[in-house]
Amino acid sequence: MALLSKKDANLILDPLADNNPITIQVLGICSALAITAELKASLVMAISVIFVLGVGNVVISLMRNVIPSKIRIIVQLIVVATLVIIVDQVLKAFAYELSKTLSVFVGLIITNCIIMGRFEAFALGNGPWKSFLDGIGNALGYGVILIIVGFFRELFGSGTLFGIPVLGDPIAKTGLYATGYENNGFMIIPPAALIVVGIIIWVQRSRNKALIEEA
Amino acid sequence: MLEHLELFFKSIFIDNMVFAVFLGMCSYLAVSKKVATAVGLGAAVIFVLAVTVPLNWLLDQYLLQDGALVWLGPEYADYNLSFLSFILFIATIATMVQLVEIVVEKFSPSLYNSLGIFLPLIAVNCAILGGSLFMQAREIPTLGLAFNYGVSSGIGWFLAILAIAAIREKIRYSNVPAPLRGLGITFIITGLMGIGFQSFGGMLTGDNEAPEPVENTTAKTIEEKEIKKEIEDEEKAVSYNEVINK
Repeated sequence: MALLSKKDANLILDPLADNNPITIQVLGICSALAITAELKASLVMAISVIFVLGVGNVVISLMRNVIPSKIRIIVQLIVVATLVIIVDQVLKAFAYELSKTLSVFVGLIITNCIIMGRFEAFALGNGPWKSFLDGIGNALGYGVILIIVGFFRELFGSGTLFGIPVLGDPIAKTGLYATGYENNGFMIIPPAALIVVGIIIWVQRSRNKALIEEA
Repeated sequence: MLEHLELFFKSIFIDNMVFAVFLGMCSYLAVSKKVATAVGLGAAVIFVLAVTVPLNWLLDQYLLQDGALVWLGPEYADYNLSFLSFILFIATIATMVQLVEIVVEKFSPSLYNSLGIFLPLIAVNCAILGGSLFMQAREIPTLGLAFNYGVSSGIGWFLAILAIAAIREKIRYSNVPAPLRGLGITFIITGLMGIGFQSFGGMLTGDNEAPEPVENTTAKTIEEKEIKKEIEDEEKAVSYNEVINK
């Protein structure tokens, strides 16, 4: 990559796998799981977080020398809240149905721990360009997990992807359903998301033993 | 009275903050290693929810809702400031948390010592903002009910973190597969507990609930079978996990 030095590239690539915000840092689970029953909602949520975290990190990083440390939490909350309002208004204007599906979870991006966590841990101590890369990287890491979870839940739960049937028609018994396959309604209910994330963590840590926690 | 009772049980069990809508998961996972600290954080969440939800209800009613400003005079009836809710709610919460911290420190140092370290954490706990946003989305009609909603969802969250902390204390003595240790197993147990809590769904069958859509029937039966197999105490959750491993 000519545009990015190796160090800068690592800022983006690390959070995608070995320092993933959800599976390793345990941040941002709050607003992530409830909306992953459909792939489309997961994708929109991921894009919103990429926007908020990328821009927010730059703003905080630019202001890092003028924010008094005592009131930094409130300043950070205001910055995030402003960005989230923008996202919310854009969604309401251009994707009204989807904004109804996401309901309060757009607002909950404000208290998404990834955002506060990255502000605290990175943007307050680094320049704008680095913070931007870090923000995008972490938000991408978050988005990847969201999309994986959304993919499996929608595929096994409803037999669709982005609302398009991919496994055949469950009522007319075509495609895979002709062989006696049934949709697993269990994947649609909220607790299934937790179990899917648990399994992702399991797979990831089995592949990379360095990530295993001490008991 | 009946509506208070209904909302109370509904928010604790059916719409449990953790198991139904995944609110406050970050601190739920991070602070649930010991029962004692979990109780401290849980108590602080109940307290802050009980204060902020009614406060934000007032803000919503008299400032933010479509036409809420009409009490200022008829010329203000057209204003709709609801797009400001996020920023106002979070500002209220952050301020209240600071205020509560100062007040508790002044008047009850012992309570401050046990809650103190958790209070700043709470400002960014999704359960708190989520409580206010759900209060707004569900259009809770009165101040009393808003207070009730705040307290009861706090209690629901408290119960959830208490249960997971107790399970995690026990699970330390179990032979969990190495890659699942810590975070992974906590996720799976929370999922299993969530399935258990789904069974409360039939507890209140109010007349105002819409009938189940037909295509959900297969999902329902599978879910019910799961629930029958579901086990609420921790040893069985562990053995279930061992079955998965095999």
